[in-house]
Amino acid sequence: MNIEWLDIVLESFWILFKILLIVIPLMISVAYLTFFERKVIGYMQGRIGPNRVGFYGLLQPIADAIKLMFKEIITPNKSNKTLFFLAPILTIAPAFAAWAVIPFNAELVLADINAGLLYVLAMTSIAVYGVIIAGWASNSKYAFLGSLRSAAQIVSYEIAMGFTLVGVLMCANSLNLGDIVEGQKGGLLQWYIWPLFPLLIIYFISAVAETNRAPFDVAEGESEIVAGFHVEYSGMAFAVFFLAEYANMILVSMLAALMFLGGWLSPVSFLPDGILWLFFKVGICLFFFLWFRATFPRYRYDQIMRLGWKVFIPITLVWIIFVGFMMQTPYKGMFH
Amino acid sequence: MSPESFVMKAFTMAEIKNYTMNFGPQHPAAHGVLRLVLEMDGEVIRRADPHIGLLHRATEKLAENRTYLQSVPYMDRLDYVSMMMNEHAYIMTIEKFLNLKVPPRAQYIRVMFDEITRILNHLLWLGAHALDVGAMTVFLYAFREREDLFDCYEAVSGARMHAAYYRPGGVYRDLPATMPKYEITKNRNPKEVEKLNANRQGSLLDFIEDFTKRFPKYVDEYETLLTDNRIWKQRTVGIGVVDPDRAIALGMTGPMLRGSGVEWDLRKKQPYEIYHKLDFDIPVGKEGDCYDRYLVRIEEMRESNKIISQCIDWLRKNPGEVITKDNKVAPPKREDMKEDMEAMIHHFKLFTEGFHLPKGEAYAAVEHPKGEFGTYIISDGANKPYRLKIRAPGFPHLAALNEMTQGHMLSDLVAIIGTQDIVFGEIDR
Repeated sequence: MNIEWLDIVLESFWILFKILLIVIPLMISVAYLTFFERKVIGYMQGRIGPNRVGFYGLLQPIADAIKLMFKEIITPNKSNKTLFFLAPILTIAPAFAAWAVIPFNAELVLADINAGLLYVLAMTSIAVYGVIIAGWASNSKYAFLGSLRSAAQIVSYEIAMGFTLVGVLMCANSLNLGDIVEGQKGGLLQWYIWPLFPLLIIYFISAVAETNRAPFDVAEGESEIVAGFHVEYSGMAFAVFFLAEYANMILVSMLAALMFLGGWLSPVSFLPDGILWLFFKVGICLFFFLWFRATFPRYRYDQIMRLGWKVFIPITLVWIIFVGFMMQTPYKGMFH
Repeated sequence: MSPESFVMKAFTMAEIKNYTMNFGPQHPAAHGVLRLVLEMDGEVIRRADPHIGLLHRATEKLAENRTYLQSVPYMDRLDYVSMMMNEHAYIMTIEKFLNLKVPPRAQYIRVMFDEITRILNHLLWLGAHALDVGAMTVFLYAFREREDLFDCYEAVSGARMHAAYYRPGGVYRDLPATMPKYEITKNRNPKEVEKLNANRQGSLLDFIEDFTKRFPKYVDEYETLLTDNRIWKQRTVGIGVVDPDRAIALGMTGPMLRGSGVEWDLRKKQPYEIYHKLDFDIPVGKEGDCYDRYLVRIEEMRESNKIISQCIDWLRKNPGEVITKDNKVAPPKREDMKEDMEAMIHHFKLFTEGFHLPKGEAYAAVEHPKGEFGTYIISDGANKPYRLKIRAPGFPHLAALNEMTQGHMLSDLVAIIGTQDIVFGEIDR
């Protein structure tokens, strides 16, 4: 009897330890992603970016974190206090929770569940509630406009994104992320990027829209609605939104790497597979996020809607039908 | 509750009301201190009510209590992104009163710096406009070039922004033979400094010439980021359309008017200084939307560059005086003052009492980067104006904001504010 209890307790601690093993490196990568972003965009714009704190500015994210922690969290007078503090939590929780099913290689996964893809989709969709509640609870017109925009945008792009995932799942015959990667075994040419190329493009653009990054950052829209839904947040409450945004960026890049770019699989047979490949591919995806931000002007809210509903959803539908059709023909080997 | 009243209540609850929103003055796209009270129907703007006066510094009133020369630096601070052009209009009004003859070299220098100023202004406009629409890289590219132009300002007048360089009867001094150079500091090693100083070895004219050769390539760079960008086009084509008749009726001038297809430019229509001797074109738009105004201004930068290089050629060949010899308005040379009693008296009188303008009134205007910038002086014969009125081009443009934004969305408002190239220094004065 006692032994059983001990087992359960130990097991829980072991899971907790594994969670920390994911969350802490994730937090650190978020911090350094912001540093990477400032450096990359800086060089693209003929500047050098942060270079004062620490060696080559490497301690800048730490300094930023400390600054944000010690800043006062101001609550607007007429805000709904409960919801005001609930919103950042609702935003960050799914952003971290989604990582539970992400496999880092064939064995390294916290929860190896069969509906992994579905779970990720559900988690990324929940994040929008945090944004809506933040905009509502702030009791500010700017924040409210931002959250309305965000809600409409995320709902529309969720559909396009969901359809691209349907394509992947047709090819892989599984919702388990590990199995999806294993389905791409056999070198560069076996990756789903080739049969599903249009879906990859749409997935990636939808991912940019999902994470509210430029050129789809209308929910923040610095020059229009100042900072959108988090205009009234300061200090750590703001930092949590920030953390969630960047964690989501890494998450969607991770998914792109897993689903289309072969995850931890090596592109050529003479090099071993490994987690470094995965990080490399995620890094490339993240670089695109930053590159977009330095290059493009911002879409208008209604133009984003038009792009999502009238362009992306039809294209994904057509391609899924095409893939389904091809799978019934002798060429199905191309689509596994 | 009777069924009717229940229905009535349901309807009144479902009544959709417009709401008002306060836009600015603390807003990233307010271009300083613009405050708008917006009446919004969801995201759509029904009425935009600009509130001005937050940067009012009473320039016109201050000028009434100062000698004519003392007001010159106030002009810099009107439209603080096209400093020398503001001085130019003011100086020209005084010259009109006195029928002063300006030495041709001074005229060429003025025109050259006017065009440098036009590029300065358009670069800031381009950067700010693109930033408002969400493209932030252009802003930093534009500021890279502005740095060089500010160095020209610094070389010629000692100040990087508020130059106070033009004088009634000419300019303060001739173009310098050397350029200010970067120095080796803790953060700049010798190699870096050598690279930075590479084009600063010769005179100011050499530096400007080098700039005119580099500049078209820079403009191409901005254009690759914007002109054919689909998002940029979606955000600017068909936004804030003003048809030619309306543009004239609203009192628009400059690129705002030319963007609508009206070929009106004071440099061609009422040439002042030596513009009639120069070869340049006036770009005009067609549709009168934000995109056309963008193209017009981009083209104007290229034309200004052409004018600058023509001025450089002339200035190289023709040394000479840069300010009138009439010591009633221009100070005598320092050396003369040491020996010549007359010069001494002139100097003293000029810097205490100043000069008097004859009784009457005059208006002179220049083609400012934003439109027609003019000053109107009424003189009662004293050493300071009885009344100074400044015609700021931005004022009628801002007044047209309501008409231009009707029915557009909030994001378009930002694009329209950007396209108007609003600077509050001149609007609030």
